Amino acid sequence: MTHEPTTHEPKTHDEPTAHEPTAHEPTTAPAEVTAFPTARHTGCPFDPPAELAALREESPLRRMRYPDGHHGWLATGHAAVRAIMADPRFSARYELLHLPMPGFEEVEIPPAAPGDFTGMDAPGHTRYRRLLTGRFTVRRMRLLTERVEELTAEHLDAMAAQGPGLDLVEAYAHPVPAQMICELLGVPYADRKQFTGHVATLFDQRADIEAKGAAYGAVESYVKGLVAAKRAEPTDDLLSDLTGTDLTDEELAGVGSLLLGAGLDTTANMIALGAFALLSHPEQLAALRAEPGLAGPAVEELLRYLTVADPAVRTALEDVEVDGRLIRAGDTVTLSFQAANRDPARFPGPDRLDLRRAATGHVAFGHGAHQCLGQQLARVEMQIALPALLRRFPTLRLAVEPSEVPLREQNNIYGVRSLPVTWDQT
Amino acid sequence: MEIGVDRERCAGAGMCALTAPEVFDQDEEDGRVRLLTARPVDGQRAAARLAAGVCPAAAITLGD
Repeated sequence: MTHEPTTHEPKTHDEPTAHEPTAHEPTTAPAEVTAFPTARHTGCPFDPPAELAALREESPLRRMRYPDGHHGWLATGHAAVRAIMADPRFSARYELLHLPMPGFEEVEIPPAAPGDFTGMDAPGHTRYRRLLTGRFTVRRMRLLTERVEELTAEHLDAMAAQGPGLDLVEAYAHPVPAQMICELLGVPYADRKQFTGHVATLFDQRADIEAKGAAYGAVESYVKGLVAAKRAEPTDDLLSDLTGTDLTDEELAGVGSLLLGAGLDTTANMIALGAFALLSHPEQLAALRAEPGLAGPAVEELLRYLTVADPAVRTALEDVEVDGRLIRAGDTVTLSFQAANRDPARFPGPDRLDLRRAATGHVAFGHGAHQCLGQQLARVEMQIALPALLRRFPTLRLAVEPSEVPLREQNNIYGVRSLPVTWDQT
Repeated sequence: MEIGVDRERCAGAGMCALTAPEVFDQDEEDGRVRLLTARPVDGQRAAARLAAGVCPAAAITLGD
């Protein structure tokens, strides 16, 4: 079975009555939303929770009751998400946020640890960011092209040697970007058992705050040891270079943990879920295999269509008017990138995967001052890894029914837990 | 069309250099925007406009 656009049609026709009263500005209070919707039960593993589309249609920026009782907001429209993410009057400081997922009602979220700049505002955030952006420029990341090609070739060779019938996540999608971020940072890939499991816990929504705290502590203490080693004996890598800045050891360990965590499992999920999406859209797959020039736009469209990292959370530092709504100081807003990337007001026919579409402007990497630092690395990796996989195995296909592919639900990074694939041996 | 950039606002994400490489570059040291030309020629304007639109930090301005 495929997930071509036609299979989506019945779904949208199933629900018109639920949407009808909200096509215009509602005159009565809409039903209360009490948590960020995460359940995907549309039957299409690539579509966001259907509820998000319904909520966006009703109002791209609306009130939401948070699990802890906070009366905050939910942004699902592309324009509203962009406006709020770009506005410095909305804070990313962890301690100011109410979380949209259940399980954290009783928990006081501590401020960001030194170096964990995703949870900071300017000027603290700016200080870290400026030390790092020069290391992740478009040009620098393109210089890694050759190394990414080598890594993909090595893993494709290993797959061919192993023979048909394997898990693409384990054999390819995970190790290629993981090895790349380790090399860039100067983390020995051989040490991976010391941090991969802990990084996974950080993203797992089923892990409680104690488990997450312990996992962060373990990653941070591993990186701290590494930082000490780099100070004693610098090598040619990012962590060693950062020892030459004014960052303290504690800050360096935080930065290193953040970059390692962010680089380890994000692109991996895009490659695996991207391969799954392409295998489910054979015409699109054939086009990408045939046209090397399509890799750039194809990756942008896959980013838009799949948007594996969602949502972001911000809190207003002062009263702000957005879209004619007054967001009060102290109000938390949850911003859904996957809903924004399926906003028909920005992307016509948003539920259709179309590699030739102009998908630039998607918010899969977020938006604003915190927009993904590693996005140019992720682009290079995906633009190389996906076409190389398709060309190496012209008969690549799923080894199970699409419905049997285990999905990463209840995870901050969506994707597949494994992707059993096979091919004809030549 | 005259382009302006605000290096203080710039987040160094590289969207401009990716979208309109003939008009924008990134500083080798800090990754922040460098304007290659303030007055893009015909074939560069559409990309420059797109780059201004996708800039995550609203650091690019377009004048007449």
